[in-house]
Amino acid sequence: MNLISDFILRAERFSESTGQSVSTLSRKLLNDGKGLARLKDGGQCTLKTLESAVAKLEAMEAAYADIDKLDMSHLDRLEAESIHIMREVAAQCDNPVMLYSVGKDSSVMLHLAEKAFYPSRPPFPLMHVDTTWKFKDMIAFRNRRAKEVGMELIVHINQEGVEQGIGPFSHGSAVHTDVMKTQGLKQALDKYKFDAAFGGARRDEEKSRAKERIFSFRTEQHRWDPKNQRPEIWNIYNTRVHKGESMRVFPLSNWTELDIWQYIYREKIEIPPLYLSEKRPVVERDGVLIMVDDERMPLKEGEVPDMKNVRFRTLGCYPLTGAVESDADTLPDVIQEMLLTTTSERQGRVIDSDAGASMEQKKEEGYF
Amino acid sequence: MAHLDDLISTDILGYLRAQENKSFLRFITCGSVDDGKSTLIGRLLYDSKLIYEDQLASIEKDSKKSGTQGGEMDLALLVDGLAAEREQGITIDVAYRFFSTDKRKFIVADTPGHEQYTRNMATGASTADVAILLVDSRYGVQVQTRRHAFIASLLGIKHVVVAVNKMDLNGFSQAIFNDIEVEFRNFAKDLAFLEITCIPMSALKGDNVTTKSDRSVWYKGPSLLQYLEHVNVETESLDAPFRLPVQWVNRPNLDFRGFSGTIASGVVRVGDEIEVSSSAKRSKVKSIVTYDGALKAAREDMAITLTLEDEIDISRGDIIGHTEQVSQQADQFQAHILWMSDKELYPGRQYILKTSNKSVPASVTSLKHKIDVNDLSESSAKTLELNEIGVCNLSLGAPIAFDPYNVNRNTGGFILIDRQTNATVGLGMIDFALRRSSNVVWQDMNVDRKSRAEIKGQKPVLLWFTGLSGSGKSTISNRVEKQLLDMGRHTYTLDGDNVRHGLNRDLGFTKADRIENMRRIGELSAIMVDAGLITLVAFISPYRQEREAIRNLFNEGEFIEVYVNTPLEVCEQRDVKGLYAKARRGEIKNFTGIDSEYQAPQSPEIEINTAELSSEDAALNIITYLKEKGYLHRGVE
Repeated sequence: MNLISDFILRAERFSESTGQSVSTLSRKLLNDGKGLARLKDGGQCTLKTLESAVAKLEAMEAAYADIDKLDMSHLDRLEAESIHIMREVAAQCDNPVMLYSVGKDSSVMLHLAEKAFYPSRPPFPLMHVDTTWKFKDMIAFRNRRAKEVGMELIVHINQEGVEQGIGPFSHGSAVHTDVMKTQGLKQALDKYKFDAAFGGARRDEEKSRAKERIFSFRTEQHRWDPKNQRPEIWNIYNTRVHKGESMRVFPLSNWTELDIWQYIYREKIEIPPLYLSEKRPVVERDGVLIMVDDERMPLKEGEVPDMKNVRFRTLGCYPLTGAVESDADTLPDVIQEMLLTTTSERQGRVIDSDAGASMEQKKEEGYF
Repeated sequence: MAHLDDLISTDILGYLRAQENKSFLRFITCGSVDDGKSTLIGRLLYDSKLIYEDQLASIEKDSKKSGTQGGEMDLALLVDGLAAEREQGITIDVAYRFFSTDKRKFIVADTPGHEQYTRNMATGASTADVAILLVDSRYGVQVQTRRHAFIASLLGIKHVVVAVNKMDLNGFSQAIFNDIEVEFRNFAKDLAFLEITCIPMSALKGDNVTTKSDRSVWYKGPSLLQYLEHVNVETESLDAPFRLPVQWVNRPNLDFRGFSGTIASGVVRVGDEIEVSSSAKRSKVKSIVTYDGALKAAREDMAITLTLEDEIDISRGDIIGHTEQVSQQADQFQAHILWMSDKELYPGRQYILKTSNKSVPASVTSLKHKIDVNDLSESSAKTLELNEIGVCNLSLGAPIAFDPYNVNRNTGGFILIDRQTNATVGLGMIDFALRRSSNVVWQDMNVDRKSRAEIKGQKPVLLWFTGLSGSGKSTISNRVEKQLLDMGRHTYTLDGDNVRHGLNRDLGFTKADRIENMRRIGELSAIMVDAGLITLVAFISPYRQEREAIRNLFNEGEFIEVYVNTPLEVCEQRDVKGLYAKARRGEIKNFTGIDSEYQAPQSPEIEINTAELSSEDAALNIITYLKEKGYLHRGVE
C-alpha cells in the first residue's frame, strides 16, 4: 500500500515538474490513461506491474534531469536569436539576400545561415559588392567559401565607377567608398529588387549604433529614415514593406566583438588568413601601415615595401585598411591580443576619420 | 580592453574555455536622467572595464567640456549622446548596451525620453527579464516610479530591483532606505512581480554597484552586479508546457519535412507525443535536428527543427505542443493594448495583427476602458492615443494559436501594423479568448453564393460610389440601378443617408463613429453580394483605409470603386441639401471637405468627372464597364 502511494506521489510530482498531464504520464507508465487515477482511488495492481512502472518512471526522471545539461550559454543564446531572425526573413520576405563582405562578421553570419536552415541550404544568395580594391586573399576566400557552402554568389561591381577610373589613390577614400561601395550597393539592390538584405553590423561597433533596429527600414531610394523606424517588441518583427522599399536586417546586432571571436573559436569557423599574422609587404602612410597588395599601390621613388609581421583587425579595401604589427598567428593569439588591446576596432578603418562624414550621415545615404 | 583577467595573458585557452559557459541576462533600466540612470549604466560599463582607451580619452575630453561633475570624469557621457538626436527629431526608442563579467553577458535596454516613455519602456521591457527602477533617495517613490513598475509588470517582468540611488547625499541613512522599501512593496503588492530587491546605492560614487559598500554596513543584501550575476530567471519557464511556434517549414527534398522554430517554452524530447493547435492532429517527435547533430531533448529559446513520425499538415502559424496541453485557438479575445502611433486607434478599423509566427487582419470590436499608467485608474474611452494603454476586445480575420500572456510571454503577445503605412502602431497582450469565439461556428449552407448568383443570371458585384457630399453619387447610382433593373437584373442600393435612419441610427459623425458606420455598411454589402445581388453603395466614405478594408472583404473583381470626382467648389455651389452652408456657419461639425478630410482614391476602377459628364453619360459609362468586364452576361460566373 505504501509502495503504491509513494509511487503516485512521485508520479504526480514528476507530472507537475515536466508539465505532462497525469493521464499522459499514466499511459506511459501503466499503458492506461486512467491507471494512476484508479490507483489513487485505492485501486490495486500486481507487484510486477508496479515495479515495471517505477522503473519506467525512474528512467523518465533520469532523462528529465538531463535537462540541466541543456543550459544555454551566452553564445548559444546569441546564436538562437540570430537564427530566429534569419528564419523570419526567409519566411516573410519575397526576395532576400545576404550581403557578404568577406570579413569575420560575414563569416559568422554565413555560418549562422547554414545552421538556421539545415539540412536545407540557406534559401537566398550571397552578394558581394566588390570595389575592385579588396585584398586578393579576400576574393580567393570568398569564391572558395561560396562554393563550399553551395550558395549562389552574386558579385556586383559599379561599372560606371570602373569606367571613370575611380580608386582610393586617385580620388581619395571618401569618393571611392561612396561610388564603389555605397552607389554600387544601391545599384545592385535596384538591379535584383531585393526586399531584404542581411548585413553583419553590430550595435557595439559605435555609440550611435546602439539604438539601431535589427530590422532597419529603407525607403525606395535606400535611405535610412530615422523618423520612420519601427519599434521592435519581443521577437516579433514587422517585415512588411511596400514595393520598392526594403529592409536591412542585422542578425548580429546583439553580438560584441568579443562574442564574435569567441564564437569563431568555439565553432572553428574559417576566416580569411589576413586576420592572422604573416610576413607581408607594407609601407607607412600617415602613420598607418598599408599592405602593398598589388602593383596599383603608388610607391615613392626608391621606396621598397618592408616585410613585416602584420595582421588586420578589419578587412576592406587594402589601401584603406591599416595593418597592425603582431606575431599573433593563431586564433587564440589573436583573441588574446584583442583582449589586451586598448583601442577600439573601428580605429583601423580609415573611413571613420574622414572629416564631416559621420556614421549617421553615411547610414542615411545607404552605407552599411 | 575588457576583463583584465590574469588568465588572458597567462593561459588564453583556459580563459576561452571559462568564457564559453557564461550565462546571459537582459535587463532594463528605468528612470530619468535626473535619477542617475546614465551614470549607473556608465558605471557598470566602466567598472566591468569594457571601455577602450580611445573611448575613455574622448569621454575625458567631453567631461571637461560639458560634463556635470566639475572636471571629474562624467560616466553618464559614456551612454548619453541621445539628447542631441532627440533635438533633431530622431526617434530613439531604446538604446542597447553590452557588458559582461566572468559569469554573465548582459544586454541593457536603456530607454531615454519623457513624452514617449511608456512606449519606449514597453519596447525595452518586452525582451528583459529584470527591471531596475531607479529612485532618488531624496524624493522616494514618485509617480514615475509607479508608472515604471506598472509597465514592467504589464510586460511580464518578474524580477525587479529598486535601486535607491544618491544615498551618499543623505549619509546612507537606513531609515530613509527602509521607508522607501516599505512604500514600494506596499504599492507593488497589486502587481505581478515574483521578487523585489531593494538596494541602497550611489551610482556616482560606486557604492553597492559592483561591490558592497562599507558606507552601508547595515545593508546585508547583494550589490547590484552581484544580484545581476546570480538572479535566476528561467526555472519557471522550463517547467511550462512545451510550445514550438512553427516559423518555417524545412523541405530540402521530398524525403525530409521538418518544422523550424524557436521553442517558446518548456522542453521537448524525441518520442514525445505532440499535437498541433490548429488541427488537433497528433504525432510523435521523430528527431530534433540541428546543424550540430540530432538532439535527444531541446528547451525553451533553442532554435531547432522537429521531424515527426507521421505526415501531418503543419505550416507557419501553427504551434506544436504536447498532447492534451496544446495552445488555445481563437479568433476573438480580450487583450491589453498599448498604442504606439501618433494616429490614434479606432475601434472597427482593420489592422494587421502579427504574433510570433502568424499575421492576420484584426480589428478592435470594443474598447472597454483605458488605464492611467500613473495611478492605475480606469476610465472609459473611444480611442487610444499614443502611449495610452487600454483593455479591448479584438476580432480576427482568422483564428490564431495563443496562450494568455501572463501564462506565456512568448505566445501571448502581438503587434498591430497599419495596413496602409506598414508602421507598427501598437502592441498587445492577450488576456483570454472570448467565449463566443469558440461557440459561434460557421453555419454550413446548402445553397451557396454561386447558386444564388446563377439563378439570377448575373455576376454579383459591389459598386462603391465615393465622393464628397453633393458630388452626385446618389444621382448616378440611382440611374445605374434603374438601367440595370430595366435589363432584368437584381439589384439593391444602400444609401449613406438612408442607412443612418435605421441600421446606423446609433452613430454620430465623429471619426470613430464614421469608421463604425462604414464597417457596418461594408459587412452588409458583403451579405448582399453573397446573396447574388448587384449592390450599389453611395457613400462619402472619406477614409482610404476603410475603403481598402471593405475591398478586402470581397473576392478579386467583386468590388468596384467608383470615384465621383466633383471639385469641392462645385459641390458647395450645388449644396442640394443646404449642408455646406450649415457647415460653413459652424452648425455642423466634422463635415467632409470643410473641417474633416476627404482622401481621394488612388486607383479607382472607375472615375467619373461630373464637370465633364452628365449623370446620364456617367451611368452609361458604368453600365458599359460592367458589360465589358462580363458582369452582365447571363449565366456567366
